[in-house]
Amino acid sequence: MKVTLFATCIVDLFQGNVGKATVELLERLGCEIEFPESQVCCGQPSYNSGYVNETKDAMKKMIDTFIDAEYVVSPSGSCAYMFHEYQHIFKGDPVWEPKAKKLAEKTYELTQFIVDVLKVEDVGARFDATVTYHTSCHMTRLLGVKEAPMTLLKNVKGLKFTELPGKEQCCGFGGTFAVKMAQISEQMVDEKVLHVEETGAEYLIGADAACLMNIGGRIERQGKPIKVMHIAEVLNSR
Amino acid sequence: MSMKIGEDKFKERVGKGIDNTFMRGAVAGAQERMGTRRENATEELGNWEEWRSHGEEIRKHVLENLDFYLEQLSENVAARGGHVFFAQTAAEANEYIQGVAKSKNAKKVVKAKSMVTEEISLNSALQQAGCEVIETDLGEYILQVDDHDPPSHIVVPALHKNKEQIRDVFAEKLGYQKTSKPEELALHARQKLREEFMSADIGITGCNFAVAETGSFSLVTNEGNADLVTSLPKTQITVMGMERLVPTFEEMEVLVSLLTRSSVGQKLTSYITVLTGPREELETDGPEEFHLVIVDNGRSSILGGEFQSVLNCIRCAACINVCPVYRQVGGHSYGSIYSGPIGAVLSPLLGGYDEFKELPYATTLCGACTEVCPVKIPLHELLHKHRQVIVEKEGRAPFAEKMAMKAFGMGASSPALYKLGTKFVPSVMSPFTDGDKISKGPGPLKLWTDSRDFPAPNKERFRDWFKNRDKGGKES
Ligand code: SF4
Repeated sequence: MKVTLFATCIVDLFQGNVGKATVELLERLGCEIEFPESQVCCGQPSYNSGYVNETKDAMKKMIDTFIDAEYVVSPSGSCAYMFHEYQHIFKGDPVWEPKAKKLAEKTYELTQFIVDVLKVEDVGARFDATVTYHTSCHMTRLLGVKEAPMTLLKNVKGLKFTELPGKEQCCGFGGTFAVKMAQISEQMVDEKVLHVEETGAEYLIGADAACLMNIGGRIERQGKPIKVMHIAEVLNSR
Repeated sequence: MSMKIGEDKFKERVGKGIDNTFMRGAVAGAQERMGTRRENATEELGNWEEWRSHGEEIRKHVLENLDFYLEQLSENVAARGGHVFFAQTAAEANEYIQGVAKSKNAKKVVKAKSMVTEEISLNSALQQAGCEVIETDLGEYILQVDDHDPPSHIVVPALHKNKEQIRDVFAEKLGYQKTSKPEELALHARQKLREEFMSADIGITGCNFAVAETGSFSLVTNEGNADLVTSLPKTQITVMGMERLVPTFEEMEVLVSLLTRSSVGQKLTSYITVLTGPREELETDGPEEFHLVIVDNGRSSILGGEFQSVLNCIRCAACINVCPVYRQVGGHSYGSIYSGPIGAVLSPLLGGYDEFKELPYATTLCGACTEVCPVKIPLHELLHKHRQVIVEKEGRAPFAEKMAMKAFGMGASSPALYKLGTKFVPSVMSPFTDGDKISKGPGPLKLWTDSRDFPAPNKERFRDWFKNRDKGGKES
C-alpha cells in the first residue's frame, strides 16, 4: 500500500524523531512511503488567526501536492483535520472545492489509518513503562478519532496505562493563542501538567506534536521527571 | 454601555481573574459537578444527538420565520388583554418600562432573573425613574446586596462567591448575624424578600420561551421566586429577546428538556411556569396589567448573516461549564454580562468590536463548547469567523501580526522559499539554543519561553533525513 506522508512543519523542523518513527512503523506494517518535497505547512497558524484569504495559496499548494496520493497519512490529528477543513474553506469554489473534497476523503491521522485502513490493532510494539495519554482536542472533537490510539496502546506489550484526569480538557496550546493569550495558556498547561503528575505515569503520550510541545515544554521548564513521547515513537518501540 | 462590566482593560481583568484562586477553585468545582450532571442527564435520554438536531431544527425554523411568529405572538398577547411593545434599542425598552412605572406611580419593583434586562441595564433606568429595584433570584440578590457586583455566569450569577463571602456580605449590608450555612443564608434572604414581594408595585421577569400560538411565555426556575414576581404585584412586565420564542407548546417542551438537562443536569427544574396574559375575570390571582417588551437591541442585524446561528442560543450555559478558558479566568474577565464561549461570540455582535475585540481570541478553538451545545451552535467556528472579520473586514489586526502572517503565507505557499528559509532555522536559532531546547526565545517566541521551553530545531530537517535515507544514506 502506498502512503504519502504529510509530516507537518513541526515534525519537519522540530520533531524529526516523530517523522522517523512514523516512516519506520508504517514500513514495518507493509506500506511504501513517499514524501513529496513540495509539502510545506497546512496553514493553520494564519488560518486560525483569521487570515483566511491570505492562507488560501498555501492550502492550494498542499492540495496539489497531495491530490494524487493513494492515502495521505499524518502523525498529527490537528493537521490531518486541517486537510478535512479545506473543503469547507473552499466551499462554492468550482475548482478547489471538489479537489479539497477528494483530498479529505483520503487523508488520515496515523493511528486512524493503522486501525481503520490497515485493520491492524496490534503493531507488535513493546514499551515497558507506565504511560498516560493526552487526547488532543482537534483530533477527538473535530476529526472524531477517539478510539484508535487507545486500541493500539492497549496492545503494546509491557505498557501500563493510567487514565489522565480531565483528559477532555484542552492543554492550552491553541496555536497563536499560546503567545497571544500567554497568561491564560500558562494556567491551562499548568493544570494539565498537574493532572499528568497525578497519574504517576513515567511518560505522557499524545498523537499531536503541537500539544506535546506545549505540555512537554512546561514539564521541562518545571524540571518534572515526566517524559513526553509521540504515539508513533511508542508504537515503533520493540 | 450596557452589557459591559467594569472599566479595566482585558489583560488586567484576566490578571485579576487568574490571581483570584478562590474564584478559580469554585469555578473548577462547579464545572466538574455540572459537567457530570449534564452528562448523566443527557445520556439518560438515550438519543441525545437526535434531541440536539431536533432542537437545532426548531430554532432554525423560528429564526427563518421570525416575522411571522413575532406577529402571531403579539396578536395573541393583545387578544388576551396584554400590551406588546417592540423595542429596537435598549433605550427604547427602558423608556417604555419607565413610562409604565411612572403611570403606575410605582415605588418598588421586584425582578426575577433575566439576562436581557441586564443587557439593557434596566435596573438603573428604573432607579432613575424613582423606583427601588429588588432582584429576587437568590444569586442575583446576593450580587445586588454586594453593591451590584456583576454576574459572572448566565445561569449561576454568583458562582464566583462562596458561602463565607456571602455571609460577610449579608452581615455587612443586612445586619445578618448567623452562620455561613446555606440554609440559614437562604432563609434570611427569603424573609427579607417576602416583605419585598408583598409591597412591590411591579413585577418584572425575563422569558425563557414565548409560545406564539397562545401568546404565553414560560419561566424555568428552581427557586419559585418568579412565581411570586408574577402573581403578587398588580402590574407585570416581561422582557424578552426578540428570538426567544417557539411556535407551539410542542416545541417548547423539546427546548425546555434540552435546557434543563444541559443547564443544570435536571430532567425538569423545580418550577416551570407558563403564563398567559393578565388575570381574567374568574381567575383569583395574577397581575391586573401585563406588558410584553420584545427587545431587538442588535439582534435583527445578526439575522440572515453568517452569525445567525448564535440566535439559536437558549442560554443554558453548558458551553461555559465546559470551557477551559472560562475555567482559568472566570466570568468577569470577559468584561461582558455574557461570558464564556457564548459571551465571546455574542458580546462583539451586540456590543461591538471596540469593546469586545479580544474575546474571539480568548479561545484555543478546542471545540468543547460546540460539542455540548444543545442547539448545535458551532461556537468555535463562530469565534474563528470573528477573527476573520476582525482581520479581513475590519482591518483591525496589529501591523506586526499582519506582516508576520503575510510572511508566513508566502513561506507556506512557496515550497522553494520554505525550504530555503527553514534550512537556516537551526543556525538562526543557535544563539538561543541550549542543548535540545530554547529557554529564552526572541520576538514572539519570548511569550512562549516565559513559561515553557521550546524545542531546539532539528539539526537535520526531517525532509533531509528522508532524502538521504532514500539515497541509501544514514538511518537513525
Ligand atoms: S451557546 Fe449553546 S451551550 Fe452555550 S448557552 Fe447557548 S445554548 Fe447553551
